[in-house]
Amino acid sequence: MTSTTPDGLAGAEATAGDDLLLPELVAHLREHRTQLRREWANRITDESLLSAMTPQEVFTEATSVYDNYVGVLETGSVEALQDYARDLSERIIPRGVETNEVVGIVLLLRDVLARSLFEKYHDDFGLLNRVLDAYEPAANRIANTVAVSFVQERERVIRQQADAIRELSTPVLQVRERLLILPIIGVLDDQRADQLTEQLLGGIRRHRAKVVVIDITGVPEITAEVANHLVQAVDASRLMGAGVIITGLSPEIAQTLVTIGVDLTKMNTVGDLQGGIEEAERLLGFRVTRVSDEDG
Amino acid sequence: MADREVPAEPLRVSILSQGSYLIASIHTALDDGQLLRFQRDLIDRIGSQRARGVVIDVAALDVLDSFGSRTLRDIARMSRLRGAETVIVGIAPELAVSMVRLGLQLEMPTALDLEEGLAYLRSMTGTAMLP
Repeated sequence: MTSTTPDGLAGAEATAGDDLLLPELVAHLREHRTQLRREWANRITDESLLSAMTPQEVFTEATSVYDNYVGVLETGSVEALQDYARDLSERIIPRGVETNEVVGIVLLLRDVLARSLFEKYHDDFGLLNRVLDAYEPAANRIANTVAVSFVQERERVIRQQADAIRELSTPVLQVRERLLILPIIGVLDDQRADQLTEQLLGGIRRHRAKVVVIDITGVPEITAEVANHLVQAVDASRLMGAGVIITGLSPEIAQTLVTIGVDLTKMNTVGDLQGGIEEAERLLGFRVTRVSDEDG
Repeated sequence: MADREVPAEPLRVSILSQGSYLIASIHTALDDGQLLRFQRDLIDRIGSQRARGVVIDVAALDVLDSFGSRTLRDIARMSRLRGAETVIVGIAPELAVSMVRLGLQLEMPTALDLEEGLAYLRSMTGTAMLP
């Protein structure tokens, strides 16, 4: 990624200008650590960033970020910062910290430090220019690194959760020989409908199913695209020799389907899962009777 | 009997007879000419073998275009005119999805596999008339 390879931004600037500028800068930042850090923490509170965290936590993290920040300026290597940012992200993402907050605090630190440099060098404009030449690329790289680390961590979490949902989402259960049920819980989007089709057809083949009951009692709403997806899934099942019964259409979904005009004439629908299974048993030639009825 | 205009390359479809049923297995994707030759051969065989039912196994196919599905439908109709029911078996999940996406309608019976297809034919040809 952009941040892992030292692209020489800070290094090139430093050698092109004064080699001593960055060390001087670092020394300045170390010297005024307490004051700058407090200023930064105040700015964070003022902008009401990181509101999910307590002031103490903000202060602790601010200290670590500050030291890491100065460390990067000193060494020009972002690796340690990257590790820290990833670790920090891992801790704060579950608490609902947003990307704009993380980017915001890093940019704030950048501003606070730049301000202090202005203050220190404002008498000598030429020197200030060179100092900023050395400082800005390094600071930008730091902001970039933290933001990228945060977003990457977030994406990793999202991917992990999506995987978990995907695995859970469409169980294919055999209830009788050649009879499957697919209970669907939660919102059906396009991607999930695709996956449903895949699981359905795979299940038909694997279990040699003749009838499948898809229960959508747990589906709150449905869009036209997803409804058409369902119709296609039913058609595809028929091509594989299996009939599909859809059960548990809520009043809302029934209304949606009728309003958007999805052709449901080819669909076999039954009110609830019990009715669907009974209908499927009838199609398969099963007759379920109570033992006492049989005896009598 | 089937090499009038088509070159005599090995047929990519095998047609076997099993009792009063014919079992046609398509081994690889067929081009239009091969499909027509298959159609002609199969309809001939229905007459010569006095078949009551035909199973067409397409398990080896991963695509079927509109010409292919129309030919299969035509075969089913012609077979019925010659006294045999036709059932398509072995449509793979991917093929089923792509056919549905393309809007290809087979308008003919399908079954999961050969065994199911034969069971279907037994149930159909046992009854005298269809609605």
